[in-house]
Amino acid sequence: MSEGIKTKEQLDAEARVLLEPLLRRKAAGEKITTKERLAIPVQEMPTQDPHERACTVSEVALGYSEAQVRLEAERCLNCKNEPCVNGCPVRVPIPRFISQIQKGDYKAAVDVIKETNLLPSVCGRVCPQEKQCQLECTVGKSLKDIGKAVAIGRLERFVADWERENGQVTPPQVKPKTGKKVAVIGSGPAGITVAADLAREGHEVHLFEAFHKTGGVMVYGIPEFRLPKAIVQAEIDQLTKMGVKIQTNFLVGRTRTIEDLLKKDGFDAAFVGVGAGLPKFLGCPGENLVGVFSANEYLTRANLMKAYDSKHAATPIYKSKIVAVIGGGNVAMDAARMALRLGAEQVHVIYRRTRDEMPARAEEVAHAEEEGIQFNFLRNPTKILGNDKGRVVGMEVQKFQLGEPDASGRRSPVPIAGSEYQFDCDTVIVALGNESNPLLGKTTEGLVVDKKGRIVVGADQKTSLDSVYAGGDIVLGAATVILAMGEGRRAAAAINQLLAKS
Amino acid sequence: MHLIVSKKQLSADVYEMTFEAPLIAQARRAGQFLILQIDTDWGERIPLTIADGDPVKGTITIVFQTVGATTHRLATKEPGQYLENVLGPLGNPTHIEKVGTVVCVGGGIGVAPLYPIAKAMKEAGNRVIAIIGARTKDLVIFEDRMRSLVDQLIIVTDDGSYGRKALVTEPLKEFCSQDPKPDLAVAIGPPIMMKFCAETTRPFGVPTVVSLNTIMIDGTGMCGGCRVSVGGETKFVCVDGPEFDGHKVDFDNMMTRLRSYKDREDEDHHICHIGLGIEPAPEQKAGTPVASVSTGERK
Repeated sequence: MSEGIKTKEQLDAEARVLLEPLLRRKAAGEKITTKERLAIPVQEMPTQDPHERACTVSEVALGYSEAQVRLEAERCLNCKNEPCVNGCPVRVPIPRFISQIQKGDYKAAVDVIKETNLLPSVCGRVCPQEKQCQLECTVGKSLKDIGKAVAIGRLERFVADWERENGQVTPPQVKPKTGKKVAVIGSGPAGITVAADLAREGHEVHLFEAFHKTGGVMVYGIPEFRLPKAIVQAEIDQLTKMGVKIQTNFLVGRTRTIEDLLKKDGFDAAFVGVGAGLPKFLGCPGENLVGVFSANEYLTRANLMKAYDSKHAATPIYKSKIVAVIGGGNVAMDAARMALRLGAEQVHVIYRRTRDEMPARAEEVAHAEEEGIQFNFLRNPTKILGNDKGRVVGMEVQKFQLGEPDASGRRSPVPIAGSEYQFDCDTVIVALGNESNPLLGKTTEGLVVDKKGRIVVGADQKTSLDSVYAGGDIVLGAATVILAMGEGRRAAAAINQLLAKS
Repeated sequence: MHLIVSKKQLSADVYEMTFEAPLIAQARRAGQFLILQIDTDWGERIPLTIADGDPVKGTITIVFQTVGATTHRLATKEPGQYLENVLGPLGNPTHIEKVGTVVCVGGGIGVAPLYPIAKAMKEAGNRVIAIIGARTKDLVIFEDRMRSLVDQLIIVTDDGSYGRKALVTEPLKEFCSQDPKPDLAVAIGPPIMMKFCAETTRPFGVPTVVSLNTIMIDGTGMCGGCRVSVGGETKFVCVDGPEFDGHKVDFDNMMTRLRSYKDREDEDHHICHIGLGIEPAPEQKAGTPVASVSTGERK
């Protein structure tokens, strides 16, 4: 194991030492004081060794041991004002689920989470907790370090995994059939949430997916090493058990239009959760050279098409020695770490601002760094350079400095004139986010989209068309799994209300 | 799952296959394409143009050339077997209107996707001239279908084994030189052929539509692998195309991009042929009309 990183066994043993006296005292009816709770060290997430994991796609974060989860749960103060809940986009009753963990009742804990969050095993892994629930946590504030907040996400992951691995998943209750039919377009986090909420009400739900596999960004975008695909599949299997009909290879807007679905195919309502889905490029010379990829393409080849397994997969992936990933978000981290696993000798992240402004989750940045990804802050390419065969050989990179805060509240990057220099690389992966896919706007008469092509919705997620609702990245622009789910929840509630009336 | 209803070998390495796909058959228009994947777990997704469709029978017809691992495997599929994944129709349909005289130029298997366009142009009331070209006589496809459709059919072969010994650009130039010149040209074939067709019509100011088939994965706008430079702007073939103004397409960049995975293709080429028991095809001469299908497919 690399220096300074403890093994799963070490972390478990350390947790046991602290937990046992604590549990004895609790069993004797003693109260644990706030001061004592604050003194419990935050439990580190055990991870695979950085050197070993850089060659495999298996999951990096291994999950807490039971002793760790019990000890971490004891750090929660069960605040009456529940600041963490306010930080959660779907308002998971966090103190309530943690108090169930404190009692050792993991099933009760996961059931509490599932009152508002259908995908805890996903959210426990990919939510940016340090910007949401954990940002508001009293423990973190008392200790003056967000990094020392209660590790809510890790607790969530543990109980969700425990439920799945122990065969404890309760099949969701489905009400008697209503005879109403709803089309859910897109099988990512928003679509899954809507499908489940509608199926529970007894509606007939058809889930349409353009790809040959369901799961949306959780399958094509987020890599296996961060979110195992078997977990996403388990969530989809739940939908099937609830009677949701899944139709892959179906592109709404082309295979059938929304109008066809509503007017000819007998659907009473539709939900659009198709994601943003149109990658941004640099807009600089050389962006169409061979060796320049959108992160979407690179990750889809590697994840969905499984190009990491070149023995079995038919889909090729570009062979790289030196990779430059442009951008500072989670997708940039995913692409960089994937490039490393695919055999690149050096992987550089090129970002216009500094570490503090990076939109990526802190944990992903830390993991990337442990694995040997090199960060180049205050840099941006102005030109991609190619050889006589049209292949990338480098970039012209300009230096930046931080100026006044911009609209996003972050200090804006200001280019330094004349600071350009050449950066050698053979692959450039562009991870600058997505624009909205224009297809549904173009093929659906009366569907109002904004300047950026995002579908315009009201507070209940209803679009300009009757019976048509939308949510997730196609409404928000590029956002997160949890925000997409939150929108899905609202849309499903509105659709259920609409169908109850009609 | 899509039941294969018929398969016909059109030439040494070109096949016509018809399979059930009722929704695609209903929705598709001339100029659109589909994405096909043979097996869900490990297969690659390849774009193929639609040659024909029957909305009543609910079938779609594709014509493909065995150029890589997936098309070779596709060629081994027989009627009665199934294709696992087919997505479509994709891309924008051809803009069809009565413009007067339309010259439709097809090279190699590009004649197959050209056929529905020629048909739609004819049905819209245009006078349609078709120029179809191939390397040699055996590679000429869709001749009868085209002949029964168009007002005038010119066949050219590189080696003169059938029709005129010429490249498609020669009769195209002659038509452009006539008075009145054609009102529109549509060219589908290998990129190099489309490039030279566009260069041929450019001095005559004959608007020229080309249909591009680039590397793609999803076919819905998500990956951007299909991007081409058109009039200096980056466009996505899957959502902005597949048809573009041939006078504005940067064909050289497109051809370079089509070779993105060449190293890998060369590496796999040998293995693939051994694995499938297929004899390697003779080297194709540079610049001659071959497949319009190029997908980054593994060979």
